[in-house]
Amino acid sequence: MTVKLSKFGRVAIATTAMVAVPMMAGAETLRLLTWGGYAPEEVIAKFEEETGHTVEVTTSNNEEMIAKLRATNGGGFDLAQPSQDRITSAQEEFGIYKPIDMSRINADLFIPSMLSATAANTTFDGEVYGLPHVWGTSGLVVNTAMAQSVQDYTDLCDDAVAGKVSYRLKRPTLIGFAYSMGLDPFAAYGDSATYQGILDQVEAKLTECKANVKTYWDGGDEIKNLLRSGEVVASMAWDTGGWQLNADNPDITFVAPKSGALGWIDTFVLPARGRADDAAYDWINFVMQPEIAAMITNTAGNFTAAVNGDAEVNADLKARYQGSFDQQAIDNIKWYPPVPAGLEAMEGASLDRINAAN
Amino acid sequence: MTDSHPDLECRDLVKDFSDFKAVDRVSFDVPQGSFFSILGPSGCGKTTLLRMISGFQSPTSGDLRIKGKSMIGVPPNKRPVSMVFQHLALFPTMNIGDNVGFGLRQRGVGKAEIKKRVEEVLERVGLPGVSARRVDQLSGGQKQRVAIARCMVLEPDVLLLDEPLGALDLKLREHMKVELKALQAEFNTTFVYITHDQSEALVMSDNIAVMNKGRFEQIGAPHEVYHEPATAFVAGFVGDANKFDAKVTSANGSMLSLVTDAGTEMKINAAGASLNAGERTQVFLRPEAIELVATATTNDEGCNVSPGVVESVLFNGANSSVTVRNSAGGLVKVALPQTGGFAALQKGDAVFTRWQPKDARCFSAAEAGS
Amino acid sequence: MRSDASRLGFYLLLAPILLWLVVLIILPHIGLFIVSISEKLGPREYETGFGNYTAFFSEPLYWRTFARTAIMSILATALTLVLGFPIAYYIAKLTRGRTKTVLFLMCMIPFWVSELVRTFGWMILLRETGVFSNLLQSLGLVSGPVEMLYNDAAIMVGLVYTSILFMVVPLVTTLDSLDDSLIEAGYDLGGTSTSIMREIVIPHAMPGIVSGCIVVFMLSLGNYLTPILLGGKDSLWFTGMIYTQFITRFNWELGSAFGFLLLGLSSLVVFLGLKLSGQTLSQTMGRS
Repeated sequence: MTVKLSKFGRVAIATTAMVAVPMMAGAETLRLLTWGGYAPEEVIAKFEEETGHTVEVTTSNNEEMIAKLRATNGGGFDLAQPSQDRITSAQEEFGIYKPIDMSRINADLFIPSMLSATAANTTFDGEVYGLPHVWGTSGLVVNTAMAQSVQDYTDLCDDAVAGKVSYRLKRPTLIGFAYSMGLDPFAAYGDSATYQGILDQVEAKLTECKANVKTYWDGGDEIKNLLRSGEVVASMAWDTGGWQLNADNPDITFVAPKSGALGWIDTFVLPARGRADDAAYDWINFVMQPEIAAMITNTAGNFTAAVNGDAEVNADLKARYQGSFDQQAIDNIKWYPPVPAGLEAMEGASLDRINAAN
Repeated sequence: MTDSHPDLECRDLVKDFSDFKAVDRVSFDVPQGSFFSILGPSGCGKTTLLRMISGFQSPTSGDLRIKGKSMIGVPPNKRPVSMVFQHLALFPTMNIGDNVGFGLRQRGVGKAEIKKRVEEVLERVGLPGVSARRVDQLSGGQKQRVAIARCMVLEPDVLLLDEPLGALDLKLREHMKVELKALQAEFNTTFVYITHDQSEALVMSDNIAVMNKGRFEQIGAPHEVYHEPATAFVAGFVGDANKFDAKVTSANGSMLSLVTDAGTEMKINAAGASLNAGERTQVFLRPEAIELVATATTNDEGCNVSPGVVESVLFNGANSSVTVRNSAGGLVKVALPQTGGFAALQKGDAVFTRWQPKDARCFSAAEAGS
Repeated sequence: MRSDASRLGFYLLLAPILLWLVVLIILPHIGLFIVSISEKLGPREYETGFGNYTAFFSEPLYWRTFARTAIMSILATALTLVLGFPIAYYIAKLTRGRTKTVLFLMCMIPFWVSELVRTFGWMILLRETGVFSNLLQSLGLVSGPVEMLYNDAAIMVGLVYTSILFMVVPLVTTLDSLDDSLIEAGYDLGGTSTSIMREIVIPHAMPGIVSGCIVVFMLSLGNYLTPILLGGKDSLWFTGMIYTQFITRFNWELGSAFGFLLLGLSSLVVFLGLKLSGQTLSQTMGRS
């Protein structure tokens, strides 16, 4: 009862405060499951003011988003933002999303190539489940003063940086190493025998490389601390982490590996049992406006799929981005294709064996 | 070679705590095989004294010798004394046999030997075959005997007992008094017993030290302490007594004439109490020293006789007594033997009280502080 | 009438406990068990069987991690006992009044912040550029930075630190109830500090020792943050493995089986601990 009352009270206050706004009738609460930085306070305030909806934000990561939605069969949230490659397999396995109604999207706000690529990657049984929002890459974050030699993933296994290296024991590491070893894991996604062959080679390499590793990192803050203190001089990490560190220490920055950075796109998806679809579509159309997209880029550190979304992004961030990516590096980005169901079990077994190796 | 040293000697023993003196220049000897009691009210320092003897506290100054050897600086586990604690301190996690054998195990005596000696000592205290029992399966009196056995198996020079009867009920306490004395005679070991219960001390002891405010007021045999108290404190603490505050009106040698604050006149033969006319004094008179008579007669010459009215009758078997309000308004407690003719005495009856001047004890009020 | 009323009162008092037991303990475990015996055949296709349990025994990594977690937890429990006992003894027997309260409070202060913050505290102290490393260097004891983090010793430090309060509290309670005169009697009868500790104090404190050990063992076994954050690249912990199965591998079936095995393991170790120390659960839990 109290929950309902307070919600009612909030709506009532909003109503009196914004009599002029015509959208009052459909005011809802949007429960947003997203990444840190994707829903800045100022954006939420603006959105609530304009639409009368209220927003409750829960921050998480890919795996936890899927686990949370799986636990409730797609309930508890109205909008989620997993990466595009994790949508179809989760949908096939657990049925936790509902299709996007494209007629309710203002498609003009999206960069057309990204919209269509994401739609293609998130189509399951003929229905589109995802819209692109924020994109970025993972590659190497290097202290260039101390680890000039690190240009590619496999360089992390050099004696020059022994004991001062870190990466995650997760699937991006397997894929990055595969590329830098001259293999093409994405091409082998459909063929589990070939993929297993690639995994076996990568597993051998990572097992051999284990002695070089200081620790396997888990959280973004952990790796940033390690790099900032100089305890780690080269690491696999996201581009934004490198750019943030660059602001404090010009020596540290993101380096796009020779074999190509790994590109990801975080999407908008509708959980199967979401209750506030109107608010969800309103939010999508709202945050894809160029000036709002720029605000999100400024806090999250990554660029969005919004048309002209980079126009108002601050100059420092643009400069760092350009410093890390020349045109060739951009062309060389390996975009994650959708992960077929069952692939992750194979990767898990490899990761377990690497973890157990001495 | 005969040992000329007493089992326990204390010389000018002092224990200072930060804010008070718990034991103040105490000296005494306890000869071998005797039962020595330290009697005093709680807080008088007797426990501190006992803990110094057992070694749990070290004296500020003075010397403490056992069989002639100074114990200063010797830790409790190296002293030839054993202690029976107030609540006995039997180890609840061990059975009786292990409790009694504890000390022997510490000395490294062999298992078979321990078993034999434990059985022996348990038999001597009258508890054969209880080795396997748990502590909580014994009665209060049995526990008492186990606690003594646990100490005696070590054959200590001195056994210290810290009010061990305090927790027992009255009947058992009366019984244990006799039994303790018998056990002491059986083992022929020196016992040092502390208590605040004068009856325990009087019944069991060869010698009693009456302690007050950290000092020994008197050391003597039970009858000496009872009949010839050296100080007002002893007179008041040991046994029952009527106490009068009075003033000396005239002194004729040892014969004193007094008038109490309540206004009763009395004559006292106080040998040794050098009191002069005009001095204030405290008079102690045992209830059993007073006789009840129906009428005053001529052979009352030289006695203190005064008329009074029975205020109340306190029937308590052999220990019955009456309180009599005399003509001056003072109250006197009188023992009422159940053999005499006053068995039917009732409240309000008129009687005479009579007592011999030599039976009262009087002390200068100046020294009788308490 | 009256007995009816009192019976109603009894059931009303019982209701929250029953509710708690059924809703929060029994039902989730039944659910977990059902999940643990479903084998995945394909997307949304499951079959009942014990395949997840056989997977555990056939994969050395799983049962080795399991054994490693158990052994490290037992070691952490033993270390906590060795460190906690003198602390508890000091608090219970050698201090009085205010000092006692202050010391007790000092034991509790670390628990006013979250486990995460405590663990980060240790990371700041132990890391290569951390406090201890710098201190040793400035004292000239070592020539270069020393890494003390990311190994099993760091996990041990973290586990002991996290759980020491749960050892000290039951120990203080039982030691408090030990009459000082028993210790004095021990000395009086010729005992040495060692023999008194062995024959009088420890047997008396046994229920506290056992209940403290049970709690600390459970806490260590179920700890997730400390081993993950302080441990190195070889430092696997079984709870981390359960998390991985549930969250990153989406394999709830195997994760549930792991959860049940962990439950079985902790019950077994507690049972063995009670048997070895000759205590019963009602004795240890009822007393402290």
